[in-house]
Amino acid sequence: MNPLLELDHVSYAYHTRSGETFALTDISFQVQRGEFIAVVGPSGCGKSTLLSLISGLLLPENGSILLEGRKETSFREKIGYMLQKDHLFEWRTIYGNVVLGLEIQHKLNDESRALVDKMLMDYGLYRFRGARPGELSGGMRQRAALIRTLALSPELLLLDEPFTALDFQTRLTVCDDVAAILRREKKTALLVTHDLSEAVSMADRVVVLTKRPAHVRRIVEMKFAEPDLTPFARRSAPEFQGYFNLLWKEMNEDE
Amino acid sequence: MSKHRSVSLAQANYLRSLQRRQRRITAIQILIFVLFLLLWETAVQMGWIDGFIFSSPSRVLKTFGAMWKDRSIFVHTGVTLAETLASFSLVVAVGVGAAVLLWYNTELSEILEPYLVVLNSLPKSALAPLLIVWLGANTKSIIVAGMSVAIFGTILNLYTGFGEMDADKIKLIYTLQGSKKDVLCKVILPGTVPLLISVMKVNIGLCLVGVVIGEFIGARRGLGYLIIYGSQVFI
Repeated sequence: MNPLLELDHVSYAYHTRSGETFALTDISFQVQRGEFIAVVGPSGCGKSTLLSLISGLLLPENGSILLEGRKETSFREKIGYMLQKDHLFEWRTIYGNVVLGLEIQHKLNDESRALVDKMLMDYGLYRFRGARPGELSGGMRQRAALIRTLALSPELLLLDEPFTALDFQTRLTVCDDVAAILRREKKTALLVTHDLSEAVSMADRVVVLTKRPAHVRRIVEMKFAEPDLTPFARRSAPEFQGYFNLLWKEMNEDE
Repeated sequence: MSKHRSVSLAQANYLRSLQRRQRRITAIQILIFVLFLLLWETAVQMGWIDGFIFSSPSRVLKTFGAMWKDRSIFVHTGVTLAETLASFSLVVAVGVGAAVLLWYNTELSEILEPYLVVLNSLPKSALAPLLIVWLGANTKSIIVAGMSVAIFGTILNLYTGFGEMDADKIKLIYTLQGSKKDVLCKVILPGTVPLLISVMKVNIGLCLVGVVIGEFIGARRGLGYLIIYGSQVFI
């Protein structure tokens, strides 16, 4: 069976009037169904560009990106994308925000409404469906944004540092929430982050990128003796520090 | 009483002081207006200023009463109001339409930008006589005169506001597989409602100015005509 996602020698450069910036060179890796992959790298190395390429918002200049073995040229239906901030619209209620994607894709029907209601109930937001985003805490807003993405039933979730905007305490809680939700909904996820401890605590495998123009430096598998730990529990597991130091060394070592 | 049951004494005092402050402000606002009218009336009665030139509250009231009786005040106010509302609605409709068009087509907006800036800085009220010459002395040209004062500023303001929308909110629509039309309908238009309202507040006044100037030159009815008719006495 094909891997869910396969990147094969992907390169990308930004073109502006003042010149050309090589963001990514020769990136290759695969993501298996059900995996949680974290991509780490120095800031500005092109991590977000990678997600834009996978989602189809940008097209690679060289190489190919295959989803379930197929190449597509427009935004891929089976991909959900979570941005750094929740970007809930203040002029819509929480309910209006979480059904935004369904509305755009004309998929708002009884079935999808039932799915949204169920998720709102499961994740403690049903009571707030008529509220404005400003009335919710940062963690609740992030959960609402996740439901907005999950409402479209994506196979693969792209997470672009979705926890960076939160304060540390909220961030730890939301990481646990998101990991639990993804595990429960059996989703494959690709998380981009510059926070190594976040990567170690959440991922099955971590892809380490070099600084710009980025290429894959190493892929490290996170093996914890005890399976199915929550991200928070992983942080106090014996293997945690070892993996953290390994990634730290990889990221800071010169070529 | 039951509503305030849980409110502490300090909170109740604070709320009372807020209320007192608000009442004081309203009272002084009214007082200033009354004092101004009194001073004006007194100044005329005492002969400090010439009532023929500066008029007086009692004269204004008397004329207003007379015009009320012969219904002419309703005719003139009604005409000006209708013309102002017509040009205002057209400015909003054409302004939003043009701004959307420019937002859709960035190349077009780059081409037209210098023209818009020049048109916006033209002294439109000074060009009202030309409009009357071109379009004739009728309601149509007065409405166009009203529009001409507000339209270019509206287009520029709205277009700039559209461009200042958070780029990530737009990206969000694309990540949900939306089109440029979705960006317009789901983000740009609802997100710029506050801007639209503030632009409209400015426009209603500008349209009135344009309409009155149009009426100065090309009308037999309306407040602008009334002003000119009144000032004929002095020529």
